[in-house]
Amino acid sequence: MAKVKMAVRSPRIDMTPMVDTFTLLLTFFMMTTTFRPQEAVQVDTPSSISEKTAPEKNVITVYISKDNKVFFNIDEGTDTSLHIRAKVLQGVSEQLRVPFTKEQISKFERLASFGMPIKDLPKWIDAEDQKVRDELQTGIPIDSADNQLAMWILFARKANPNAEASIKGDAGADFKVVKRVLDILQDYKINRFNLTTNLEKVEVKLEDIK
Amino acid sequence: MAEIIQEEGGKKKGKKRPKKHSTHIDMTPMVDLMTLLLTFFMLTTAFSKPKTMEIVLPEKDQKENKKEDKENQIPKWRAVNIILDENDKIYYYTGLMEKPPYPELIETDFSKDGIRKYLLKRNKTLYQKIDSLNVAALKSKKPIPPDTLAKQIRELKKEDKVGPIVLIKATDKVKYRNMVDIIDEMAICNIARYAIVDINPQELKMLEEYKKKNSETAKK
Repeated sequence: MAKVKMAVRSPRIDMTPMVDTFTLLLTFFMMTTTFRPQEAVQVDTPSSISEKTAPEKNVITVYISKDNKVFFNIDEGTDTSLHIRAKVLQGVSEQLRVPFTKEQISKFERLASFGMPIKDLPKWIDAEDQKVRDELQTGIPIDSADNQLAMWILFARKANPNAEASIKGDAGADFKVVKRVLDILQDYKINRFNLTTNLEKVEVKLEDIK
Repeated sequence: MAEIIQEEGGKKKGKKRPKKHSTHIDMTPMVDLMTLLLTFFMLTTAFSKPKTMEIVLPEKDQKENKKEDKENQIPKWRAVNIILDENDKIYYYTGLMEKPPYPELIETDFSKDGIRKYLLKRNKTLYQKIDSLNVAALKSKKPIPPDTLAKQIRELKKEDKVGPIVLIKATDKVKYRNMVDIIDEMAICNIARYAIVDINPQELKMLEEYKKKNSETAKK
């Protein structure tokens, strides 16, 4: 039998369709991506059926961790030229008589959530290492004798009157602490809260009631 | 994946044509880069955006409260009091704790047949109204904008005159999760009116008595 000569094929693969899909996917991900904000603590939020998405801008966020530590964050809002974070820090530092240098204030603007008594805040801002930073996070005092959270909220409201209050509590946090935070917020005439939750589906059948 | 650009051989017969340059571009580096970027973006994207549950608490101002007190008096038969306790327990009673004889506590939990069943039973009329509205919205040929639907539901809730008014109370040891769960339960059952209030001493006392009685019966 004669040998069947196999045609010598070039090992070339047409990559155009692959490149096409890749470009498409890449564009999609680049457009839709929102980076996860860096948070001071891992907060495991409880789930609810609410489908409303949390606001991203103009929010005063109070975090309550599993071990009942309270953390605070305020974002820069839609207009970064207003320097909301700097204003808040200046206000609080004057009120509680803890001085901050200009460098510290400008560095604070770029940082995110924090949770420590104000006397530790300069150390936290200057810290180089994330480990050192994490050790300083001991929670903001909320008891009535030394209510620093109230100060932060007061100046946050002054600097950004449009800000909404959002509470991101861990499922395992004590309600007592959450209630205390709600009370402090209510003292500053904030009566509408966003409780951050995870989505969960629940089905209710009408037959169950009948 | 690499491309090997081959010299095109075997066409030596015939006229000598100007050498054909391959129109293929080596895309490998581009593909490499794109894969890298794609992986990066896919991993960093936070897809499930956090959801939020809005609650509005009544204003704290006491002067105003006193004025409204008479209007806001809850009819006794509509009041449902829910007391949350540690270890995911719920106690509820209907009516108000004004004077003896006090209403009795009933123990339940967060399961499907627990508090939800009771609330749905109490809130049946309103729940059915809202449910039929939702079903009608789904079936109708013209899509109803969600805003209008939400408004209609709000109207229904406002008009409701028979559904329960739920007062949520919590003891000190309750976890935040339970609070969110119970507010969630209100949303599931379409409860029109509910409020988070402080627990009063009488209720605490009753709770203690109830537990005592329970442990005694358990011993027997």
